[in-house]
Amino acid sequence: MNNLKLASVSALSIAAASMASSAQAEDLTLCWAAWDPANALVELSKEFEAQSGHTMSFEFIPWPNFADRMLNELNSGGKLCDLLIGDSQWIGGGAENGHYVKLNDFFDSEGISMSDFADATVYAYSTWPKGTPNYYALPAMGDANGWFYRKDWFARDDIKAAFKEATGRDLAEPKSQKELLEIAQFFQGREIDGKTVYGASIFTERGSEGITMGITSALYPWGFKYENTPGSYDMDGAVNSPEAVEALEFYKEFYETATPPGYTNSYMGESLDAFKSGQVAMAMNWFAFFPGLYADPNTGGEKIDFFVNPPQNQAGSTLGGQGISVVAYSDKQDAALEYIKWFANPDVQAKWWSLGGYSAHNSVLNDPGFKDSAPFAGDFLEAMGSVQDFWQEPAYAELLLAMQKRMHDYVVADQGTAQEALDKLVEDWTEVFEDEGKL
Amino acid sequence: MSSFSVTEPSTRSKWFAGTMVIIYALVTMVPLAWIMLTGFKSPSDAISYPPKVVFEPTLEGYVNLFTTRTRQTPEYLEANPPQTWYDEIVREYDMVIAGPSKFGERFLNSVIIGFGSTFLSIFLGTLAAYAFSRFKIPFADDLLFFILSTRMMPPIAVAIPIFLMYRQLGLSDTHLGMILLYTGVNISLAVWLLKGFIDEIPLEYEEAALIDGYTRFQAFYKVVLPQAATGIASTAIFCLIFAWNEYAFAVLLTSGTAQTAPPFIPTIIGVGGLDWPAVAAGATIFLLPVMIFTILLRKHLLRGITFGAVRK
Amino acid sequence: MSETPATRAASATPPSVARKIKGLSDRAIAWIFVGPTIFLLLAINIFPLIWTINLSFTNFKANRIGREVKNVGLRNYERILSDSDIWLNMQATAHFLFWTIFFQVLIGFTLAYLINKKFKGNDLWTTIIVLPMMLSPAVVGNFWKFLYQPQIGLFNYIVAFFTGKEPSSFEMLGSVQLAPWSIVIVDTWMWTPFVMLICLAGLRSIPDYIYEAAEVDRASKLRQFFTITIPMVLPFLMLAVLFRGIENFKMFDLVVQLTGGGPGSTTELTSINLKREAFEKWRTGYASAYAIILFVTVFGLASIYVKALNKVKER
Repeated sequence: MNNLKLASVSALSIAAASMASSAQAEDLTLCWAAWDPANALVELSKEFEAQSGHTMSFEFIPWPNFADRMLNELNSGGKLCDLLIGDSQWIGGGAENGHYVKLNDFFDSEGISMSDFADATVYAYSTWPKGTPNYYALPAMGDANGWFYRKDWFARDDIKAAFKEATGRDLAEPKSQKELLEIAQFFQGREIDGKTVYGASIFTERGSEGITMGITSALYPWGFKYENTPGSYDMDGAVNSPEAVEALEFYKEFYETATPPGYTNSYMGESLDAFKSGQVAMAMNWFAFFPGLYADPNTGGEKIDFFVNPPQNQAGSTLGGQGISVVAYSDKQDAALEYIKWFANPDVQAKWWSLGGYSAHNSVLNDPGFKDSAPFAGDFLEAMGSVQDFWQEPAYAELLLAMQKRMHDYVVADQGTAQEALDKLVEDWTEVFEDEGKL
Repeated sequence: MSSFSVTEPSTRSKWFAGTMVIIYALVTMVPLAWIMLTGFKSPSDAISYPPKVVFEPTLEGYVNLFTTRTRQTPEYLEANPPQTWYDEIVREYDMVIAGPSKFGERFLNSVIIGFGSTFLSIFLGTLAAYAFSRFKIPFADDLLFFILSTRMMPPIAVAIPIFLMYRQLGLSDTHLGMILLYTGVNISLAVWLLKGFIDEIPLEYEEAALIDGYTRFQAFYKVVLPQAATGIASTAIFCLIFAWNEYAFAVLLTSGTAQTAPPFIPTIIGVGGLDWPAVAAGATIFLLPVMIFTILLRKHLLRGITFGAVRK
Repeated sequence: MSETPATRAASATPPSVARKIKGLSDRAIAWIFVGPTIFLLLAINIFPLIWTINLSFTNFKANRIGREVKNVGLRNYERILSDSDIWLNMQATAHFLFWTIFFQVLIGFTLAYLINKKFKGNDLWTTIIVLPMMLSPAVVGNFWKFLYQPQIGLFNYIVAFFTGKEPSSFEMLGSVQLAPWSIVIVDTWMWTPFVMLICLAGLRSIPDYIYEAAEVDRASKLRQFFTITIPMVLPFLMLAVLFRGIENFKMFDLVVQLTGGGPGSTTELTSINLKREAFEKWRTGYASAYAIILFVTVFGLASIYVKALNKVKER
């Protein structure tokens, strides 16, 4: 391990040295997921190309394959990507296995200060070990799991009256998870404009991380904790606590009673499709998609509005988002670092937000006009105030896959009880940490 | 054939058999026909309910397959009128073509890796098959059986050490690495099939040539190779089809530079979800060559798929 | 079938000819010709196999380069063989194997029997029927996912058309009951032609005079079918089953594209599970042991089967 760290440090100093001497025009490849913000980044990067003389190529991979493909690429020591906007949970592995270049010296020499970025994002996207001032990425894209709904339907008198009659409440954005379910159940199977519609589309995907991201959006508001004492990996009693069981049963009930048929393996794309085709009244998805949803000619504009993942016992949202890192195997690290330097510039960050990327820079977020700059901007700030992330351990993939299996087996394949599913998950995770030598 | 034979089926049973087989063939063609049709549908026709059999054909799927597109402001669109027919198709969605997609590159990778590994397999395979056929080689039977048994390993199992080996050698995600790997997998098929074909060439021809003063090389090159040409060609097509269709190794050992089409096609997405017409267009372009090869190969098909165990 | 390549031993050049050959000796040429192939097989097959065996006794993880690698003895094997989830994967694989072979043999043999009636144009239709099996399973699997979509998928629509059910009332890929059958259907669609072709070769290998003799003995058509046709085709059929068995034991691409192993783990065949362990969890040592277990299983089963096949052939 030590010599690997040494290697990346020396690679960095070589990079710094060559940067000082002459800037040679390079063709940089940036890897990210294929989604709306990626297209915005292509637009944004044209400015960098013009300024630096470097050219940018992009490799965007669809979300269901993104983690699989990129982690495989890193683990094979591949040179496909010079810059990688990698998911938040990869940071532990990226740092410990020497995939990412450590950026501290570079930040110091270029005067980039991490205090210019929102604390929650620096903690989540940049640091390893968590919370220590060891930086392996620059926060690139803040994100959390949120909700959007058909504002036009919620505003219709006939629907409002029917909802009042059915529940005794006024139809409005839900204030709790249980209200959310009640609204979804109300819409489930309802005829609107001669078409059968459904409650909400939620994440149930099996292959990558989908169902875990969906379920944690219920677990966190119920007060879910990964450990009894942070850092001790004692999960029994925390992961399978009564609150966690209740939240998981809630998610299953949601899946069974308030989602469209056939959404047994759905993630971001399916959630968007369901909403845009007018099948559902509400849907969960990442804030990253909200600018595109708002701009949609059919279901956007006046027809859509957004809300933060509702609280239950407490506020809580599932963290998404990514930091941008320099890949240690790249031959063009100096040019890649130039890109990061350019990207950290407050002006570029402001433009990033205006193009549809979620800047994590304080100059953007603390701007008095930020909240009103988009209908979801205020929700975004609120969500980022109570985000929690999955394990970011180097063994994250093993932990995630275990959870994917246990959750999908219970929620979609209808096997066993919530208690059993979580008990088995504790067993799986304990085994992983034992293998890691952490237990 | 005699005018009456007990083994010649009656006209009625022929009719019955013919009808049943044709019905099966038509049913089995439906999914393939549907792929090709979907390639000419617009995205909304592709996901309409009930599924549309009659629709207005469009090349949108093919345009989307080969390009990347971005949404633009009305001002920009007005200032830049569409230049070509494919610009116009994209313009209906307020988009402009930003550049070529990766499909062309991935298709080219399939061609390079497919032909590269086929050439190498046939080159090495013909030599080895000739040696196995004509010379006494110690442990020949064991070796031959061993060559075959390597095909019993699940590809994922083989990929574990190959992944580690390629990482050490810097062969991950390279054309050379994939060519070597596919050759390694294909060579067993090539040797088995080619040995069968060469076994069928009478020894006398070569012996005559050798007595006439040809060297072994010359005899092999000038006498055996021309005789084995058909066999070599059909073996080559089998090797090519394997490399062309292969998915497991490609998805595990390549990520971009040398990625072939099979792992790429399922990941073609449009705005939002999967762009089914583009996927269908990609699938059509990718599957058509194999269909043509299959028709060319029909006489030797059986031999190829059974490792030469069944000849006709 | 009349002779397998192995039965025809490499025929040596007669000594009278050998003496007159110019240039390199046959021995040298033999090694020059076979050498590169053997080298490639050693490099791509043998060496990796030995490496896998070595790794299977360690806790090595390919994504943790700096970590100390410990020898864990047989621990990986113990863990795999005592893991109830892996037994469920084995069951899913067995279900898939059994039913695909069952349907493919049934339909494949019937088709071959019908084609052997030599109706006009049977060659053309045979070629058409054969097409699906030559195509890329990953691309085909991906497209079948589209055909299986509730509501918009053609498959659901056709079933609905014939049964009167709502097309969206059932989910081929999403339901625990139907998903194992959805993969059987696609595999059967793809590979029935394979069994058909081999059976056809078997049927065509039966000489006419046997039937003629039976006719003279006034054996009924049904009796001829069971006493002549079936026994004569059986070795071919068994060979087809062997090939399909090995291929479907390794099954990965088609099913991974169709269901990805879901819902839950209902269609998680062993290869898919192995891929998760080896290339998503990166438990390389553990996955190596898993790979060896699979290899030994398929090799063992195939060897027993080949013995049985040879017995049938001798009869």
